[in-house]
Amino acid sequence: MKISEIVSLLNATMVCGRELGEREVEYGFASDLMSDVLTLETDNLLLITGLANNQAVRTAEMSDIPCIIFVRNKKVTQEMIELAVESNITLIEYSSSMFKAIAILSQAGIKPVF
Amino acid sequence: MVFEFEVQGGDFATAGNASSQIKKILKQLNVDHRDIKRIVVALYEAEVNIVAHAFKGRIIANIDTSEVRIRLVDEGPGIPDIELAMQQGYSTASSEVREMGFGAGMGLPNMKKNTDEMHVTSVVDKGTTVELIVFINQPTT
Ligand SMILES: Nc1ncnc2c1ncn2[C@@H]1O[C@H](COP(=O)(O)OP(=O)(O)O)[C@@H](O)[C@H]1O
Ligand SMILES: [Mg+2]
Repeated sequence: MKISEIVSLLNATMVCGRELGEREVEYGFASDLMSDVLTLETDNLLLITGLANNQAVRTAEMSDIPCIIFVRNKKVTQEMIELAVESNITLIEYSSSMFKAIAILSQAGIKPVF
Repeated sequence: MVFEFEVQGGDFATAGNASSQIKKILKQLNVDHRDIKRIVVALYEAEVNIVAHAFKGRIIANIDTSEVRIRLVDEGPGIPDIELAMQQGYSTASSEVREMGFGAGMGLPNMKKNTDEMHVTSVVDKGTTVELIVFINQPTT
């Protein structure tokens, strides 16, 4: 599924990486624990998290994750945007809960990693 | 080729900067992206450990055509029982570290998983040295 489709499906806000909206993600993983994310080997992975800090972006960078959705109305900082732009990562802000984001995306065909 | 970076303990805003630089270098050298991921995931957990658990440290990356050898040398409290620290779930991390998305005791085991060799030595009240070795450009991988 295209990142741009995910954004419209959730009625969420794409904070940066708009030009990368055509990229496809196939799998989703939800966690606030970055050590958990760093154990994954899956490609084309979407990260859903309530942890809005530099470490979430760095974790995506190291794990080759193209897109992060920040749930529960967590706000992305300017520094996070700079890190994300440097690594071609799309950042999305979503005002509702993690559960709701997962429910919608799962119904739309985004698959679990395990 | 040798590259060196400084890491400041306690500074979560910049944690990962060195790993990010090394990732860029590996990409420029056209190292296979699977190998790059293994290297930088292990390196990033190790860099975060300096930030989370030590006062300051240095990262020295040796890159050649068949292997990447990275040493992380820190000044800090050291690790009294390395075998225990290597166990999944063992952590002495502060609540501040946990709020940063780490501190679940998964770093050292994941570093081990992602490297071909890993050596940890430590002197209590002095510091810890972690060496991460990953073979790259292997014909069979
Ligand atoms: N560089 C270090 N200096 C001092 N102690 C460390 C260092 N790295 C790891 N440790 C110790 O080993 C434990 C386990 O490390 P790790 O597996 O990375 O988990 P975490 O960092 O989440 O606690 C840490 O909680 C800490 O007690
Ligand atoms: Mg750790």
